[in-house]
Order: sequence, then structure tokens, then C-alpha cells
Amino acid sequence: MTSEPGNSLDERITKLLLEREVEDFIIREAVVLDEWRLDEWLTLFTDDARYMIPSTDKPGGDPKETLGIINDDMARLRGRVERLKSRHAHREFPWSRTRRFISNVRVKEIAGEEILANASFLVYRIRSGQVDPLIGAYEYILRRVEGTLKIAFRKAVLDLEALRPHGTLSIIL
Amino acid sequence: MNLPELIHEDRSGGVFRVRRSVFSSTEIAALEQKYIFQRCWLYIGHDSEIPSAGDFRRRTVAGQPLFWVRGGDGKVRVFYNSCTHWGANICRLDEGNAELFQCFYHAWTFNNHGDLVSVPDEPGYGSGFRKEAMGLVSPPRVDNYRGLYFVSFSPSVEDLVSYLGDAKDYIDLILDQSEEGWRVIPGTQKYSVRANWKMFSLNSLDNYHVRPLHSTFFKYTESLGAGDPPVSPPTEFPGPQGRALSLRNGHGVDVFPSVNRARPIAHWHPILGEDSKEEIRNRRAGLVEKFGEERAYLMCNTNRLMLIYPNFALHDIAGVSLRYFEPVAPDYMEVTVQTLAPRGESAELLNRRLENFLSFLGPGGFAHPDDIEAMESAQLGFRANGPEWIDASRGMQRDGTALDEIHVRAFWRQWHAHIMGDAKAERDHD
Repeated sequence: MTSEPGNSLDERITKLLLEREVEDFIIREAVVLDEWRLDEWLTLFTDDARYMIPSTDKPGGDPKETLGIINDDMARLRGRVERLKSRHAHREFPWSRTRRFISNVRVKEIAGEEILANASFLVYRIRSGQVDPLIGAYEYILRRVEGTLKIAFRKAVLDLEALRPHGTLSIIL
Repeated sequence: MNLPELIHEDRSGGVFRVRRSVFSSTEIAALEQKYIFQRCWLYIGHDSEIPSAGDFRRRTVAGQPLFWVRGGDGKVRVFYNSCTHWGANICRLDEGNAELFQCFYHAWTFNNHGDLVSVPDEPGYGSGFRKEAMGLVSPPRVDNYRGLYFVSFSPSVEDLVSYLGDAKDYIDLILDQSEEGWRVIPGTQKYSVRANWKMFSLNSLDNYHVRPLHSTFFKYTESLGAGDPPVSPPTEFPGPQGRALSLRNGHGVDVFPSVNRARPIAHWHPILGEDSKEEIRNRRAGLVEKFGEERAYLMCNTNRLMLIYPNFALHDIAGVSLRYFEPVAPDYMEVTVQTLAPRGESAELLNRRLENFLSFLGPGGFAHPDDIEAMESAQLGFRANGPEWIDASRGMQRDGTALDEIHVRAFWRQWHAHIMGDAKAERDHD
């Protein structure tokens, strides 16, 4: 990729810094999740955010009219975290081990205070003698709120054709 | 293996037990393939999935690669997904629309009625070659009940309606809830469970586990506040404790009043959103007008967990879900889940219906992952050599509540008769 002709060094540096900031944000989020710091993870979101995982056969489906796997507003996402922190989310008690590999982070578009970014993921879930890889791509809308990046939208699109042999999406993906 | 002794039933003592080996034995898995999956009616899909001429979907049923298609003549046909020439899959997409299916290997071409219409270098075949006999092959039996399509690999299977037994009435009770009919919503949850397929059948009927296993789900819904108050039942059935019923032929249902849980048809709860309140209440009023208080109460204010034997769970609870699952190995099954919604439902209510569905159900819901954990945990527990039985005795000596296992025992009796080569269990009920 070449920078557009006419862009000043300052503009190119600003863009580079933003790309680094976004990549750093997404990678730090992955660490927070691998360490199961779920309350801290919730603070990364705006109040109007959504967390979404479409079904494997309709990865581009609109969740308003397509059955997906997860479609959380913040109330449900807080409920999800509450559940995972209890001792009664049996699929995740004890918590599984996860390791997230995030790559190919790129800033797609900047629209005012919002940044559209994509990334590839390979997330391993390890539990009960099984190692299950989850493969796919993230779509983020990040919004700058009082100088800090927050997640306004976070969609994990699976490349898997089915959750087989995984069975569930009981971790935060 | 001593097949008659796989189940121990003591009617006077109210004890019903099943040998744990039924969940792990390859010998039993082979008998199940032969006597259950090759003999029963098995669900393949709903009419609305292939609405237009040429629409097709690919499916695997009992390990058989199939696709089903609506022909140019409007008729629904099911075919083995294998070219009659060299065997390659004819249909190579999960869904789509086609007038012709051309095999990618040697370009034999079939129309959407299954007829072989074109063979490259046809004169190369001799006088014994009969193109009209080389069409795509269908499973021996295909039929539908109110748009729910089933196949059977047994030519001599009884008629579908007779096979469905009393489950037919409960299918009616669900499908009658929408005057405009139903459609399968796009989006399929495909997952697996590292457990024996029968555990999914039985978990689909069992209500006893719901409160202890899914406490986090109830905690969440209760945190949202109260829905419309419970309706005073105009009928004694199913009663405040609900009922577990055998529906004959191995089918069963668990019916219980819906208390502070959302039903898009038709009991409002905050999870369905303020905007949908009026539409839901109007729906109920319409059903009362059409069917009377009693039937409308059953439709709107009770939930149903139904199993169509052997492997099709039709649940009318947080929404209407179609769940079918099939064995791949004694300790591994593949599960497919879809949901039905009424045609003509408002966009807002459909959105809420789907959100409500996802909050409980599916591999990312607040409840179902724990069902899967329980099934897999039991499968691991069955490795233990000490305990020999699972217990399914609950409710053998009382009149019956939704927590009882009348339907579970009906499943087991039919299953037991089948794997011993019999057509039917002697008894449906305790």
C-alpha cells in the first residue's frame, strides 16, 4: 500500500499513530479477555454498544431478521458477564483457558469520532481435554469518548462452517 | 449384549432404569442405525425453506447425503445427493435455486424433477442404456404434515400421520397460532455435542433439570422485571404443575404454564420490549376469538417441549425452535437448529423474538451451553465402571407433573422395542 500523493508527513504520521493505537487497543482487549478480567472488559464499551456473532451459514445476516448465535445490547452483555462470573455458568465453571491470536488489524474508515476497524482472529479454547480453535474476523466500530477509544460495535464473524466439534460459544469471542 | 435386560422396569415398585452402556456401545449404535434411523420418519425441513420453483437445500439425514428441491411443477422432491453416473455430489451448495443440476465431474445434467436430461456423448452408450431410468434417486418415502417434511428410508414405514400419533395434535396447537402460516427464519445454528444422540432427545423433554441447571438464565430474566400477569387457567389441563405426556410411538411432550417468561405468542414480558406489548396482546385476543378461551390459553400461556421420536425436538417456548440431531458416533452428535416465525409478523416483534430466542437458546445463549455441558459431562461419567444404570423413575407412582418422566419412559420403551427388532413398544404409558 502506498500513501496517497500529496499527503504531508504530518498526515501520514497521524494516520500511522491511529493505526498503532487501534491495533494496540484490540490486542490489549484480547489480553483482558484471556485473563478473564470481564468487568474491566465491560468498561471498554459505550453504553449503546452491541456485541454480535452471526450464524455460520449467514455470516452477513442482519440480526434483526436472521437467527444468529449472539446479539447482545449492553444490558444483555452485562448479564452475560454476570453469568460467566457466577459459579453456575456450568459450561464455563471452571473457566476454560483461552489464547487469542489477533492479526491483520487494519483501519478501514474514519468517520468523525468513529473508526471502523477489522482484524483476523484465531482463538483457542482449551478445556476438559479438548482444544477447539475458533477462526474468523472481527469488525469493530471504535468511538473516541473524552479522548479514550471505546467499543461501540463488535462483531465476531466465524469462518467455521459449523460449531463442530466446539458445540458452544460459551466464552467471550 | 443382553438386549432384553438393557431396561429394568418394576411397575409395582415404581422403578425404571436403563443400562449406561446404551450411550457408549458401538453395537447398540449399529442397531439404532438399522432399526431406528433406517425405519422411522426423520425430519428434513420446512416447506418455507424452498418456497419457489427450483429452490433447493442440502441436508444430511441419518448420515445420508440428500438435497431437497421444489421442482418446476411446484412439487417437493428429495434426492440422494449422488450422481447416478459416477457418484459425485450433484448439489454442492447448502442452498440455492436451479433449473438444472449438472454434475461437475462428467457433466451429466438433471432437471429439478430429478430426470436425467443430458449426457455428453450419449451415442457412446449402448442399446441397454436407458436415460429415463438414470434419474436421481429418492429415498423410499417422503411426506409432509402441514409443511413439516419428513423422509423415511423404509418403504414399509407406516403413514406419516399415523406415525406422528398424538404429536399431530400438538403440532396443530403450535401451527394454528399463526393464521398467516409460518416461515423458517434464515440463519441456522449448527453445532455438535460430544455425547450420545439420545441424551439430546431426553434433554429436550426433561423439565426436571431446567431450574437447577439454568439458574443463571432465570436470574437474568427476573432482573428485567415482571411481564404480564399469569392468566387464570380456563381449563384444568395442564394444571399449575404442568404435565408430562406420552404422545404414542415414542413421541412425548412436556406442557407447563408460562410464568413470567416471554412468549411472542402471546404472553408479554419485558424481554420482548415495550413496543411489542400491543401486538402481543392483540394476538392473544385474536386467538381467543378464533379458538375460544381454553385453546387460546394453551397456545398463549403454556409452553411445550415436544420430541418427535427419534431425533426431532419441536419446542414452543421462548419461540418455536426446530432442533434435529443425529449420531455420528456413539459419543458424538451433530445438531441443527432453526426457528419458525409467523408470516407477517412486524419487523420489531421479529427482532425481539430473535433476541429472546438467543437469550436462552443456542450455543451462545444463557442456558443451552449448560445443557451441552451436562450431556457431555454425563457422557464422560458413563466411562465409570461402578454405576451401571441411569434412573428414569420419577413420577411412576403419582398422577403426573411436568417434572415427571412419563415421556422419557415412553421414549425408552419404544427405543427398546426398536433395537430388539420389534415394530412398537407394548405400552406407551406407565
